[in-house]
Amino acid sequence: MAKKFMKGCEAIAEAAVRSGCRFFAGYPITPQNEIPEYFARRMPEVGGSFVQGESEIASINMVYGAAQTGVRSMTSSSSCGISLKSEGVSFCASARIPIVYCNVARGGPGIGAIQPAQQDYMQATKASGNGGFRMIVLAPATVQEAVDMTYEAFDLAQRDRNPVLILADGVLGTIMEPVELPPMRSDEELRKLREETKDWALRGHKAGEKKLILPGGWQGQEDRCKANAAMYDTWEKDIQVEEFLTEDARVVIAAYGVSARVAKSAIRLLRKEGYQVGMIRPKTVSPFPYQSFDKLDYGRVKAILDVEMSIPAQLVYDVELGVKGRCKVHTCLRSGGEIMGREYIVNAVKEIYNV
Amino acid sequence: MERNLMAAGFGGQGVMMMGKLLAYSTFSATDKNVTFFPSYGAEQRGGTANCYVVISDNEVGAPLGDVMDDLIVMNEASLNKFLYKVKPGGLLFINSSIVKKPVERDDITVIPAPVTELAMELGNAKVLNVIMLGVYVGYTEVLPEEVVYETVKGQLAKKPKLIPLNEKAFRLGTKIGQEARKDRKGLV
Repeated sequence: MAKKFMKGCEAIAEAAVRSGCRFFAGYPITPQNEIPEYFARRMPEVGGSFVQGESEIASINMVYGAAQTGVRSMTSSSSCGISLKSEGVSFCASARIPIVYCNVARGGPGIGAIQPAQQDYMQATKASGNGGFRMIVLAPATVQEAVDMTYEAFDLAQRDRNPVLILADGVLGTIMEPVELPPMRSDEELRKLREETKDWALRGHKAGEKKLILPGGWQGQEDRCKANAAMYDTWEKDIQVEEFLTEDARVVIAAYGVSARVAKSAIRLLRKEGYQVGMIRPKTVSPFPYQSFDKLDYGRVKAILDVEMSIPAQLVYDVELGVKGRCKVHTCLRSGGEIMGREYIVNAVKEIYNV
Repeated sequence: MERNLMAAGFGGQGVMMMGKLLAYSTFSATDKNVTFFPSYGAEQRGGTANCYVVISDNEVGAPLGDVMDDLIVMNEASLNKFLYKVKPGGLLFINSSIVKKPVERDDITVIPAPVTELAMELGNAKVLNVIMLGVYVGYTEVLPEEVVYETVKGQLAKKPKLIPLNEKAFRLGTKIGQEARKDRKGLV
């Protein structure tokens, strides 16, 4: 298929439509505005619905409602807007409603900055709302990956009846790159997919069914938690990771998203100078690829360099869990809207290489 | 091979469009990888705007370099802010209508072009970016002139009345770029 030259946000929205998303509600915030803007234009063409809600909270709750009818539904926002949505996401996780949402992350905490950042890692992977639920969280590094992951996210959400988060950042949202779009799902395919939700989805009085969707209850909450935990345990198979030049590496970089693609350029420069550097890049940050760190040869690997656009570091906690103290873990950090630089990483690696 | 360009100026000078036109042209006419990355403040007008274009034979890692091969500055603030980013031996294109101060580096090549004045002489101040794009393409030959012109024309498909003006602007720019390149070769 012919490639297109697309902006990250628009490519994410188009991939969602192609995967069968037919309801989107959102509220404007930089740097993700092109997602709702694109849906506003595109949804009428495919018989879907776009709503600009009066707030982030209204939007996530509209998505919560639409998804209960078995329609593939999505919302998006950026950092502080995602915080506002956390109650709704938690309700979806509790009621086991499949939704997809995207965080085009910017600086934080608070209103932060409109520039790109990776300061929502902990929130995204550990606690996207109250109650200790978990989600599959996909972290693309290129526009192509953002497209492929968004397409897949709707299938994962429906499979598990659970929210799926696409953790992007302001670089990925605004960059333009060549991209190959996945095939458009036909109305017939979408009918079949919706039919698969009939056991739980609300289909109206005409269907003659009595169903109740509850985000909690007076009884049986422990059983719900146990059932959820059992489902989370099946995610080992869903782990996606890129191991880049780790076979002979003496220093291994740990990075995801935009930091990882900058790190890749840095590694290419370092390799030219003879430095044996590699990278472990989690593509799913939840479930996290701990085993990639587990299987490193710590006789050879002298140090791990955690590279992320967050101060203080956040990804580093998961890295430490994988490394289990077998070598030193250093950090190379930027934040506040400052984008990770190639030379910055090169220098950080050189500093620890011979220590 | 990887080549990166940064273009910077005031919001409203068409800096983003300049970068986009170059990126689109690369995408449509070559099999190289290309990224376009915009960076701007919260303002709709005024403020600063800049963008990065990376053209590469490999996959593009960093969408913005710490050091740039080429820099285009459309105003003095951008020159002050980004001059240090140009690599030794790199190219600096300057809107000499606005940027009057001398460039305080002797390890780079400076290509001045009074694009604001030229645009006004053509009767429309807005085409300064198309002239500058022409200068850049004419000097660097990073892409064939015709390929970029086709992209410019394509962007104006819905406003065909503007095509003759933009063609004039683009050709004027490429001529300046080509002349500057010839002069430089003469010196070498």
